[in-house]
Amino acid sequence: MIKALKTTFFYAGAVALCLPPLFVFIWMILTGMKTGIQNISYPPEFIFPPTLENFRAVFQQHNFFRYLMNSLVIATLATAISLAVGLPAAYSIAKYRQNKIGILILIARMTPFVSYLLPWYIIFRYLRLVDTFTALTLTHLIITMPMVIWLMVSFFESMPVELEDAAMIDGCSRSQSFIRIVLPLVRNGIATAAIMSFIFSWNQFLFSLILSGPRTKTVPVAVYNFISYGKIDWAGIGAAATLIVLPVSVFAFFVRKSIVQGLTMGALKD
Amino acid sequence: MKNILNSVSRFVDRNQSLVFPGPAVALLFLIVILPIAFNLYLTFTRWTIGLGQPRFIGLDNFIELIGDERVWNGVKVMVYFSGASLALELALGLAIALYFNRNFKGSELVQAIYIIPFAATPVAVALIWRIMLNPEIGVINYLLTSIGLPPSLWVSSERMVIPALVMVDVWKWTPMITLIVLAGLKSLPHDPYEAARIDGANALQIFRYITLPLIRPVLIAALMLRSLDNLKEFDMIYTITQGGPGIASETLYLYSYNVGFSFFKAGYGSALMVVVFMIVLVFNVVMNRLRRETPAL
Repeated sequence: MIKALKTTFFYAGAVALCLPPLFVFIWMILTGMKTGIQNISYPPEFIFPPTLENFRAVFQQHNFFRYLMNSLVIATLATAISLAVGLPAAYSIAKYRQNKIGILILIARMTPFVSYLLPWYIIFRYLRLVDTFTALTLTHLIITMPMVIWLMVSFFESMPVELEDAAMIDGCSRSQSFIRIVLPLVRNGIATAAIMSFIFSWNQFLFSLILSGPRTKTVPVAVYNFISYGKIDWAGIGAAATLIVLPVSVFAFFVRKSIVQGLTMGALKD
Repeated sequence: MKNILNSVSRFVDRNQSLVFPGPAVALLFLIVILPIAFNLYLTFTRWTIGLGQPRFIGLDNFIELIGDERVWNGVKVMVYFSGASLALELALGLAIALYFNRNFKGSELVQAIYIIPFAATPVAVALIWRIMLNPEIGVINYLLTSIGLPPSLWVSSERMVIPALVMVDVWKWTPMITLIVLAGLKSLPHDPYEAARIDGANALQIFRYITLPLIRPVLIAALMLRSLDNLKEFDMIYTITQGGPGIASETLYLYSYNVGFSFFKAGYGSALMVVVFMIVLVFNVVMNRLRRETPAL
């Protein structure tokens, strides 16, 4: 009897937890597969002949492929640079207890993004760098670099020191042992940091809203632009949102375990 | 050539603590500290972007903001939105983490689906919510009326706009709290639980006197991590309401954005941004102190 009650409780919980995310996602995809008229009809239609017309329009009329590529380029650049400078920095912070640099990271994390955006907008305008990949990648680094360092410090701290000592005795220089011994040991951490950094750059809206333009527009800004004065292209939003959200969601689905680890290692230590 | 390489390598080895963090620190100074310094300088000036030069006016911006009704509205909206969403996310996040901690059959799959919103692009899902919350033809009102509940104006009404935004924020971010708390629960020691069971404590007592005190630091850490983004929530509010109707959902942060980028008042906008930063800082300092205190059992 109690066992049956427990089972019912768990199934009810499972349904309650899965319904909200699934409903929004399915509604997003359905919106993308309805015609404009179906989207504004009431009562809303749940069953209808799906059309892929909106997806075609998003690519052909709105040049969405270009925006996807822009987002891909910027997220990849921001992630690569964050890893290149962030990994050695995180290692050094963990090894030499350089807490002052840690405070720098914390300041970067706490400051409102608008506080960066206003000065950067003024500087980039002056340098004529608005609507360039340089401007967007630099500002995305404000988010991705602290994230990579923050995550990696905790991964490096949990690594045994003896292994590195052994490498040194075997005649490795410090830089060699970092590249050949240390980095392969924390490859899970590096993968987590890279994925988190990519997702947050891909999703970033505020910096791109102000600093991008026709040439460098990223996907969050592109989908936002489907709202124009007085008119909302619901079918277009549905199709575009599906195209933007699905890649990062699939990404996150496959690496969810390491995301948990990455999130908590930063949060659980003192 | 080989000699040069050798001496470079030796230099790096001897100065690893400088060379390794060097590039990151230099880059952070360029992209983080420099704009913050510029922002601080601007708070003492009056300047409309694109018109003339910044003019030094001392503390006038800060004096002005005390008398600015939209500032006080922004603080009120911020406290309402953040207070409600953080409290709900923490409570639900803990409850759901306790649920997943039981490891029933199929919990892996449920967890995988449950955390989808966490990685989803905020602007994109916010737009979908905006469509679903439409008072006239949105699917949420349709579902409500079809089970006999009254429809709501949601984000079109001054009274319902914040609860509606809180709902979207809770939908998107509770999974993050759950993930952190769940990892905390899994790392708790077993001994106190066994002792309690031998002493005949019931489930509620075990939760109140063992789990809650033990998980407290993790809960506060999760709250701090979440507050960093929640107090500066922009994408979702901007996409769904742009601060409206009127200024009913204009947080202080959104107002500072509007002052800077709609009115192009760089000086006044910067002063508002500093105030937002101070709020985030004070909240986190207080929380950090709470986290370090040993809880009374």
